[in-house]
Amino acid sequence: MKDEVQSPEERSAGLKGLGCSRKRVEDVRFTQGRGNYVDDIKLDGMLTGDFVRSPYAHARILSINTEAALAVPGVLAVLTAKDLEPLGLHWMPTLAGDKQMVLADGKVLFQGQEVAYVVATDRYAAADGVAAVEVDYEDLPVVTDPFKAMDPDAPVLREDLAGQTEGAHGPRRHHNHIFTWEQGDKAATEAVLAEADVVAEEMVYYHRTHPMPLETCGCVASMDKVTGKLTLWGTFQAPHAVRTVASLISGIAEHNIRVISPDIGGGFGNKVGVYPGYVCSIVASIVTGKPVKWVESRMDNLMSTAFARDYWMQGKIAATKEGKITGLWCHTTADHGGFDACADPTKFPAGFMNICTGSYDIPVAYLAVDGVYTNKAPGGVAYRCSFRVTEAAYFIERMIEVLAIRLNMDAAELRRINFIRKDQFPYQSALGWEYDSGDYHTAWEKALNAVGYDVLRREQAERLEAFKRGETRKLIGIGLTHFTEIVGAGPVKNCDILGLGMFDSCEIRIHPTGSAIARLGTISQGQGHATTFAQIIASEIGIPADDITLEEGDTDTAPYGLGTYGSRSTPVAGAATAMAARKIRAKAQMIAAYLLEVHDDDVEFEVDRFVVKGAPERFKTMKEIAFASYNQAIPGVEPGLEAVSYYDPPNMTYPFGAYICVMEIDVDTGEHEVRSFYALDDCGTRINPMIIEGQVHGGATEGYAIAMGQEIAYDEMGNHKTATLMDFFVPTAWETPHYTTDFTVTPSPHHPIGAKGVGESPNVGSVPCFSNAVHDAFRPFGLVQSHMPHDHWRIWKIAEDLGLHV
Amino acid sequence: MIPAGFEYHRPADLASAVGLLQEHGEEARVVAGGHSLIPMMKLRMAELGHLVDLQAIGELKGIEIADGTAILGAMTTQHELIEHADLATAIPLLREAALQIADPQVRYLGTVGGNVANGDPGNDMPGLMQCLGARFELYGPAGTRQVAARDFYESAYFTARADDEILTKVTIPVPAAGTGYAYAKQKRKIGDYATAAAAVLVGTASASVAMTNLSDTPVWSEEAGMALANGDIEGCVAAMLAAIDPQEDMRGPIAFKKHVAAVILRRAIDSALSRRA
Ligand SMILES: Cc1cc2nc3c(=O)[nH]c(=O)nc-3n(C[C@H](O)[C@H](O)[C@H](O)COP(=O)(O)OP(=O)(O)OC[C@H]3O[C@@H](n4cnc5c(N)ncnc54)[C@H](O)[C@@H]3O)c2cc1C
Repeated sequence: MKDEVQSPEERSAGLKGLGCSRKRVEDVRFTQGRGNYVDDIKLDGMLTGDFVRSPYAHARILSINTEAALAVPGVLAVLTAKDLEPLGLHWMPTLAGDKQMVLADGKVLFQGQEVAYVVATDRYAAADGVAAVEVDYEDLPVVTDPFKAMDPDAPVLREDLAGQTEGAHGPRRHHNHIFTWEQGDKAATEAVLAEADVVAEEMVYYHRTHPMPLETCGCVASMDKVTGKLTLWGTFQAPHAVRTVASLISGIAEHNIRVISPDIGGGFGNKVGVYPGYVCSIVASIVTGKPVKWVESRMDNLMSTAFARDYWMQGKIAATKEGKITGLWCHTTADHGGFDACADPTKFPAGFMNICTGSYDIPVAYLAVDGVYTNKAPGGVAYRCSFRVTEAAYFIERMIEVLAIRLNMDAAELRRINFIRKDQFPYQSALGWEYDSGDYHTAWEKALNAVGYDVLRREQAERLEAFKRGETRKLIGIGLTHFTEIVGAGPVKNCDILGLGMFDSCEIRIHPTGSAIARLGTISQGQGHATTFAQIIASEIGIPADDITLEEGDTDTAPYGLGTYGSRSTPVAGAATAMAARKIRAKAQMIAAYLLEVHDDDVEFEVDRFVVKGAPERFKTMKEIAFASYNQAIPGVEPGLEAVSYYDPPNMTYPFGAYICVMEIDVDTGEHEVRSFYALDDCGTRINPMIIEGQVHGGATEGYAIAMGQEIAYDEMGNHKTATLMDFFVPTAWETPHYTTDFTVTPSPHHPIGAKGVGESPNVGSVPCFSNAVHDAFRPFGLVQSHMPHDHWRIWKIAEDLGLHV
Repeated sequence: MIPAGFEYHRPADLASAVGLLQEHGEEARVVAGGHSLIPMMKLRMAELGHLVDLQAIGELKGIEIADGTAILGAMTTQHELIEHADLATAIPLLREAALQIADPQVRYLGTVGGNVANGDPGNDMPGLMQCLGARFELYGPAGTRQVAARDFYESAYFTARADDEILTKVTIPVPAAGTGYAYAKQKRKIGDYATAAAAVLVGTASASVAMTNLSDTPVWSEEAGMALANGDIEGCVAAMLAAIDPQEDMRGPIAFKKHVAAVILRRAIDSALSRRA
């Protein structure tokens, strides 16, 4: 055998398995412009759909006149709610148990809402058709403030819910109220607050923003009238769930629907939900018998498909004089816009906001979240985070800083004395989670040492003195964050979306010549699944990663799974991959033993082969075993070598990290410069360090954007003020900070390979880190809390209000 | 984000271009680099029946420097301006400012003529040209005329140019050797229009100061220039602050803009003074 000369270590390296910075196999096509995205799909006779959108945030629709539009050359049809009503499709269920208008039914609730759908031969004709539809509106009073929305005499937004006092998540106490969600022990927490040495209280606002995938949302619906089969290509982060939902709401049998997610140009939560564009395209294809494409423009995307955050978090944190935290209280007012279209597991209407005790050992806590309707776009998705985890991390990491100010303590030390200790894991949090593993003190010390924390603080103090002497107008801010995430949703016993348990899956087929194909229930949007999942298989069964094809996103071929968001791919589908591979390895062991004429227990796995114990010269490689599985009649063993695993995780995973940012701030112009950003991530077992580093750079850059300028803003009339990339901040290479990445490894005890997921940690951790740096710069002048985004004028306003401009 | 339909024309000389403008009247508009006009058309804020492309008209191209004057053809791109070595030596302020406009991709197509003719208060070149004392040449049915940059801007998108005139050249007097110069601009990110921008020229006995995006036209203040010429920096800043009239937008409220305007102007002045020989 030619590979006999290689040592096990050499053979192992050749597999490019776990721990290898294997180059991304996807990038060959992406960097050559050979990706295949939804908008690349061109079918014979394909039509285009486009929306007439509401210019008003709240208005009654008096009439819609489509005559002129239908006269535009190339326009074939204009759908309105009246056309969808007979099909029962003028409204659709949301993932949050609410319902949403597909096309405006009598009124509109946000600017940019879909009012009519124009179907035309091409996008130019469709756009002309859109411009020609005449809609007569009568404007209604607008509510954009979630607190005012709860005033007794606030305008009624959802007339369809009149008299409905019971919502999807319990009682509704006001016409604009959606739900109240309570966790923890209210009485015990209030008792602790009443008796604490110190209580720090603050309103922490995490502003409304929006995921910014390079590719907007879109689909192509194609109803084949001959076969009765509907094929739906789309930018879906959860193609299987979309198939089930499409079947349930359209009445088309599920086996007659094929959903395909082709290459997706980023998702970040924006592509989890079901949008009116999908429903209208399906209906249009059924009506016309032709394929219909709908692709959002950038403005459509920013104005109508899912936003993120918009949480007003009122916090109280109690501690002893020495700084030991004794309790945490939080009341959140959640602005959901016109419809509750959050994408959360059903039993968690505020997602995993109850991870807001963070990395700290807090004995008692209470959380209440009130969801409220306003005249804004629906959404509330997890923008590169597990459901509401970014909000939770921002809240606790700000409250820690606020408490440090009250105690006049160093915020790094305050964190250190409150961390959950290594020996406390698995740790039961006061708000109901069981943290699987962690070693926060080690990570924290490593981070502080790496940046030279004490030296930095001295430099900062010197700068402050120079500032006071009038020698400089720049301050230094040191931003600290220690975050704990909760990802990998999740155990079917408490996690489902629309009743679909949140397991995930992998099917592996080994070909006769020893290469393989694996299919998963997830879908990559740029994360590099084809690269990393092949690495898991390579290490588990000894087939080189380069010999493994990985496919996702076609519901006719891939096993059922709940998709990719909430950092769940590695924790759930990655586990399924390892488990499916282990089934294959178990069968391979029997085949090897048969071929070697020994008992099953007398062979053992070694890198890429089974070896007879004690006789290393006697072995069968996986290649040989694969071939044998196709050509030998082995008693008691079925031919072939394939397996499928549906993995229901026993728990979530809890990645964590320590981030430190040093920022220079110009108090006169409000400009800032990120001098350094250090990110230590512990995501358990590291599958591909290069991909991890890429994920950290990407997530931290999104976090930088969110903290320092990115927002969805409305004026009082509900006009969207940030619907273009001129005003919606997306950093270019020029603005993007330089990052230093680092790591510790604390494997997850319950995950088959110990991996925890990393895609979202950097967004979760970096937002509070950047924000804390800004706050820290002004701490000596008495700043306690100032809301994001920290763009130039808001930083200038901090300095102005603190009297630093005289 | 799809414009309404239009007819596309590509005349080879100025006379035919003006002929098309006369023929189609309000329905027609010239397009240069398209980086201001086409976004407006995509938003359907500008709906035009006829688009007259100037790029085939050779007489609108080219940069000449002679006899103490630089002449820029209207169709000179911002990129060409930046790359022109003699121009950079003669009028370094032009290059410093152009490098702060948009991003390289926009500058490959965006033209000097389009930037000054557009009339958008956010454009950097109108204030720059006012600072430099430039003159614009307009060609129309009645022939050619010259308008000083300082007299050109009336209000946002309204200029002294008649609808059937084409801006053909920008003529700039080369500042005396040793003149200090600076263009300072605060913006939110690469590719953004100014929160506040200042163009400053300062010689031994004269000075010129203009600011951008702080009013519905560029702001050149004679009083500010005179104060600076006399070495009175605070007087210069005060005069300029009295002349600007910023509006609130996503860049910030009025008080912030006024504050930043003063800071940016002082920075430009400091830098210009340090370069004065
Ligand atoms: C992302 C982005 C960022 C930008 N940032 C900046 C910035 O920071 N600073 C800045 O100054 N600009 C900025 N711009 C605008 C850019 O510089 C434009 O190129 C410029 O404003 C217009 O030049 P143009 O050649 O593209 O003109 P066009 O868009 O073709 O025309 C603009 C207007 O001028 C008229 N016009 C053009 N040429 C003539 C002529 N010769 N005679 C008469 N009328 C004419 C047109 O009819 C039209 O009304 C930005 C643009 C973009 C897209």
